[in-house]
Amino acid sequence: MSTSVLFDAPGPRARVRNGLLTVVGAALVAGALYGIWAGFDAKGQWEGKIWEPFLQWNTWEVYIIPGLIGTLRAAAAASVLALAFGAIFGLARLSDHKWIRVPAGVVVEVFRAIPLLLLIFFIFYVAPTVFGGGDYAFMAVVLGLTLYNGSVLAEVVRAGVNAVPKGQSEAAYAVGMRKNQVMRLVLLPQAVTAMMPAIVSQLVVLLKDTALGYIIAYVDLLNTGFKILPAVFFGSLIPAAIVIGIIYVLLNMALSYLATWLERRSRRSRKTAAGPIVPPGAGSVALAAGMGGAATGAAIPDVGE
Amino acid sequence: MDELIKYAPELALGFWENVKLSLVGVVASLILGTILVAMRVSPTPVLRAAGTVYVNVIRNTPLTLVLAFSALGLSDQLGLVFSEMPTTNSFWIVAMGLSAYTSAFVCEALRAGVNTVPLGQAEAARAIGLTFIQSLTMIILPQAFRAVIAPLGSVMIAMIKNTTVATAGGFLLDAAATMKEVFDTTGASIPIFLGLVVAFMALTLPIGFLTGWLARRLAVVR
Amino acid sequence: MHMRRMGAVLSIAALAAGLAACGGGGGGGQSYSTVVDKITGANEVVVGTKWDQPSLGLKVGNEPEGFDVDVAKAVIKELAGGKDVNITWKESASSNREPFLQNGTVDIVFATYSITEERKGKVTFGGPYVIAHQDIMVRKDDTSINTPQDLKGKKICKAAGSNSYKRITDPPPDGELDIDATTVDAANYSECVQKLNGSNLDAVTTDDLILAGFAKQAGGNFKVLGQGFTDEKYGIGLKKGDTKTCEAVNTAVKKLWDNGTMKQLLDKWFGGIQGLKVSAEAPPAEGCA
Repeated sequence: MSTSVLFDAPGPRARVRNGLLTVVGAALVAGALYGIWAGFDAKGQWEGKIWEPFLQWNTWEVYIIPGLIGTLRAAAAASVLALAFGAIFGLARLSDHKWIRVPAGVVVEVFRAIPLLLLIFFIFYVAPTVFGGGDYAFMAVVLGLTLYNGSVLAEVVRAGVNAVPKGQSEAAYAVGMRKNQVMRLVLLPQAVTAMMPAIVSQLVVLLKDTALGYIIAYVDLLNTGFKILPAVFFGSLIPAAIVIGIIYVLLNMALSYLATWLERRSRRSRKTAAGPIVPPGAGSVALAAGMGGAATGAAIPDVGE
Repeated sequence: MDELIKYAPELALGFWENVKLSLVGVVASLILGTILVAMRVSPTPVLRAAGTVYVNVIRNTPLTLVLAFSALGLSDQLGLVFSEMPTTNSFWIVAMGLSAYTSAFVCEALRAGVNTVPLGQAEAARAIGLTFIQSLTMIILPQAFRAVIAPLGSVMIAMIKNTTVATAGGFLLDAAATMKEVFDTTGASIPIFLGLVVAFMALTLPIGFLTGWLARRLAVVR
Repeated sequence: MHMRRMGAVLSIAALAAGLAACGGGGGGGQSYSTVVDKITGANEVVVGTKWDQPSLGLKVGNEPEGFDVDVAKAVIKELAGGKDVNITWKESASSNREPFLQNGTVDIVFATYSITEERKGKVTFGGPYVIAHQDIMVRKDDTSINTPQDLKGKKICKAAGSNSYKRITDPPPDGELDIDATTVDAANYSECVQKLNGSNLDAVTTDDLILAGFAKQAGGNFKVLGQGFTDEKYGIGLKKGDTKTCEAVNTAVKKLWDNGTMKQLLDKWFGGIQGLKVSAEAPPAEGCA
């Protein structure tokens, strides 16, 4: 067990109390799990017949994998665009020129404040009148995710550059570098190291938010796995929700793990003067995906992770 | 502009549902999140593990799926029914799913806050003989809360925006669902969209300012 | 070492870009002014059907199957003058049929698409190719509901984006029967059926063909009352103003009824379902104004 500063090494009474709490806690958890299991069992949700589709390769090949590809496709396209958007607007907000800084700030703040689903709906309905023909379900999802997550990433970039101690840029100016050189050679390389965990955890948020595409019938994992699949295999709705849920959790955990690893690495690293950045400001569906990991100070070791 | 005026009553009613969801969500997710963080730093390994698993599973599942599962799994299958009226019932199901989801983020924000409380504080609390619960409720959490007011504000703002996903939990009265229904008949309407955006901003911006101001005012000076 | 960090960022970006690129594409090609020109000229067409509606349009394997799908194949074959046409199937849910037609994501829609005055403002309809009737489906063992009037005080399903429930609960002009039933929200009709099966509601009401599809799939858990009380003219959705294709489609539909293909397809998908009455005659054409 990892030692914590919040409680002493247990004495005899504390050990008894801990033991008691352990038993009670375990009983509660087991009770809750049993309740769910029994409830589903009573409704026949564990019957082999409705789970059988998931044992067949055909189900994966026809429904789950194409859906997963749809999800990853939207997430990948939106990630690239959001990173570009974030870099451009983040740096624009740091500009010395007011006429660049202020509009960039307005754009970032506005897109961070709009509920993502409303944005996606709007793009989906307005796109045809603006652009003519095309597959707008994909575009609406990607563009919505880009604008929203790009705005959050812009704040990450800004915070990252600001996190580099002032002495660094002062020293750079002192040796005669130009504004652009200071940013490119001194600030950004250090900021990127500090930003990596925050960027990756924002990408987790983005990946998860692709699921909103389901509501406008974009062909993603939730659509194929949760709408079409249960329509084909009658009664498999709950099993489908469980299987799809597990896939999402695994996918996002893998990415979150990457975020934690990057963060540990950059905390160890002495190559930057900037501390790790916490994703700033409002996160849509999940501001804080990396927040626990990105905390500084570490008075308590991460428990149980 | 005409569409906005014509459909304003419907949209306002829908938005009111979002406001109500937000109010329930703020209270419930803060309470649940605090309980979760207490579990995650507690001396009992079982509670710690349960808290960790809960947070990591919920945090990594799309809200859409959490809400759908609450409605179809917990309510329909397990018979979790809040009200005989189906609409009222789905309101509470969505409120519950939203709170369960948001509480994981509240917990993570608070845990980051706990980490900012200096070692000496906890050690001093132990030295004067406070128990774990006492040191948590009297020393650690008050400081942790004050340290993470701004991030908690962001979590709450995110949650308010997330009330638009209520459709996924079978609750079709909220502003986003109403807007979609209106768009299905009128086509995309920029005034309606902007109207709702402004409404949401009227809700979220004050929270941003308020929590920012509180965070500065209540910052723990060290 | 700075370069290495930048390299890491760039490589992640490149990886993502690669993924995006390999999945991208779709749409485009040479443009034709009407769908029938595209079918005869390019020998290809994008067809929108439901993907989650048993016996009408259900994605099984790589392509959907069902009555709508078979009608689509037959009609398009007629349009192409008997040649085989390269069909791309695209999911068109109730909520995005109009946007998909307007923005050209799909060329032609066969998706339980009822012809209504309101929709005629946005879409040009060919057909109708069949007439469905709004009907009611209940659990097999439920003897308390035999007519629409029995729905008083019962729970019926309200699927997102569908107005069928209004015919029960509202008076004309929006509705029809003005019966005091409670609605239960659901995201789509599959969820409605799931809820019906789990006794979370008492009746699902929508077009009889849709209900029949579910009843058939569920293998005897449900029954359709056979009390159709409206006419739902299933049309073939085309982009507004594409009269040329519309005329061609109507000719094709008439021919398919005359040579018995339609009857045969109806029997194939809806034969032997308890309570269901399927019309045996061609519905009167609506014209393509």
